Amino acid sequence: MRHRFLKENTIENAFKAICFLSILLPLVLIVVLIGDAVIDGWSRLSLDFLTGFPSRKPELAGFLPALVGSFYLMLLTSAIAIPLGLGAAIYLEEYAKPGFLTSLIEINISNLAGVPSIIYGLLGLELFVRMSHMGRSLLAGACTLALLLLPMVIMVSRESLRVVPNSLREAGFALGADQWQTIWKIILPMSIPGALTGIILSVARAIGETAPLITIGALTYVAFLPDSIHSAFTAMPIQIFNWISRPQTAFQTNAAAGIVVLLFLMLFFNALAIWLRARLQRKVYW
Amino acid sequence: MVIDLTEKQAFRERMIKALLFFCGMVSVLTTLGIVGILVFETWGFFQHVSFKQFFGDTQWTPLFTNQHFGIWALVSGTVLTSAVAIGTALPLGLLAAIYLSEFATKNFRLFVKPALEVLAGIPTVIYGYFALTFMTPFLQNFIPGLSGFNALGAGIVMGMMILPIIASLSEDAIYAVPPSLKEGAYALGANKLATIFKVVLPSSFSGIAAATILAISRAIGETMIVVIAAGQQPNFSFDPREAIQTMTAYIVQVSLGDTPTGTLAYQTIFAVGMTLFLFTLLLNLFAHHLRRRILKGHL
Repeated sequence: MRHRFLKENTIENAFKAICFLSILLPLVLIVVLIGDAVIDGWSRLSLDFLTGFPSRKPELAGFLPALVGSFYLMLLTSAIAIPLGLGAAIYLEEYAKPGFLTSLIEINISNLAGVPSIIYGLLGLELFVRMSHMGRSLLAGACTLALLLLPMVIMVSRESLRVVPNSLREAGFALGADQWQTIWKIILPMSIPGALTGIILSVARAIGETAPLITIGALTYVAFLPDSIHSAFTAMPIQIFNWISRPQTAFQTNAAAGIVVLLFLMLFFNALAIWLRARLQRKVYW
Repeated sequence: MVIDLTEKQAFRERMIKALLFFCGMVSVLTTLGIVGILVFETWGFFQHVSFKQFFGDTQWTPLFTNQHFGIWALVSGTVLTSAVAIGTALPLGLLAAIYLSEFATKNFRLFVKPALEVLAGIPTVIYGYFALTFMTPFLQNFIPGLSGFNALGAGIVMGMMILPIIASLSEDAIYAVPPSLKEGAYALGANKLATIFKVVLPSSFSGIAAATILAISRAIGETMIVVIAAGQQPNFSFDPREAIQTMTAYIVQVSLGDTPTGTLAYQTIFAVGMTLFLFTLLLNLFAHHLRRRILKGHL
């Protein structure tokens, strides 16, 4: 009897160890992935790299048009996706009555979240680049990415609206405020900190999106900075992809350096989201 | 005067409501746009290419003079990389979920869950670089016949990307198993392992299945990892050591070239996109169906 118990215990501990290793392995791989990129790209990381233009010579090639392109793309995408997403979230949480149309919108949003990003690229190619005559411009790229982000922005905004207690809405109405005044003055200020974190994280994810931008035809070799929203552009992940796909190993070094910059920015946005949430939450009392 | 103000307010309220309703409808319009465009261009494609050429052939060479339009060459590549990815992510993700819900301390969970989420947030172009420059050379040490571009390395790295989906959704499903069931098993004298395998896992099967299906859907639609590391050769083969081409990789290959709109080559990417869209849509609907059943209380 005692013998059997000990054996079972050993098997259980072995299983526990296997489970633990299953968690450890992916975490180790994150470290390896980051370490690999840093080691490969370290020699190219310099101010020249960040402020230089692409070149046919790998040791002269820089990352500036990609950095600037991604920055503009992020601003434009946010300017389109955040108002639309917040608006949709407010409609669904505060105005919509249960019914066919509301459940249609809700089912639709959850299905859209599962559509592969490259399909959004095909939509953008036909709808924005061709039919709306935007060409392969920053604006077309931003519109495509905004549609891609929309389901995520709506979902995080809805969650943050849902945590505002109903008593606050009732208090607003009791004071004679109409529905919009209540939303604008009471509910939004309370829910913004929560929503902001999720929105920043979704925008950060958009910076890393490559496939939809390639599909709409973003250029892979851009030796100038975009001067308007109608201008052609490149972005960080596209420039990295371009360097990866070249045969010379020196360009691989550039790709690794670009990856380090991209990873650093993603990390920065994640930290920013967490910091903002902590800071803004402290100012709200109820 | 008072009435005036109220009317003005009522008007403003109506306008705002209409505006917000429009914001909500943008997502519906997006779906309509996707479906409309895919159907329109795919219809144009099938004016030139017969169903028999599309479904009855295993060669995919629409950009060559000797044109073949056998979609199975791309479907096999997609299925192969996704199968490798799931083969990597399902055991690891499930075991990770079991550890987190059954063995881990609270502090360990608080630290590890966000760390695993990081994996899902890394841009896929970076995974592609990792698969090409690290995973493939590493695997070549053990598998001599492995080509520089292959489905195996890309699939394994893709497995890392979808692992958090499986781990976190499976953990939710395991967590939702009523404690009374586990207590019942312990009361009958079952040890922890027997409880996990005979009670907890079967009870959370639907949830784990839903997580797996969502992860498969993500793997099928994943683009940059396979573009960079799996190659650009449509290849009706299920040998993971070879270079293949997935549906997504074909769309990227055509997009990188300067294909004039309205040509047959341009239409092929929409026909391939339509196939991809239907695959992921069916999987997503199935996963949602499973999850709805769980919410209603069927395990």
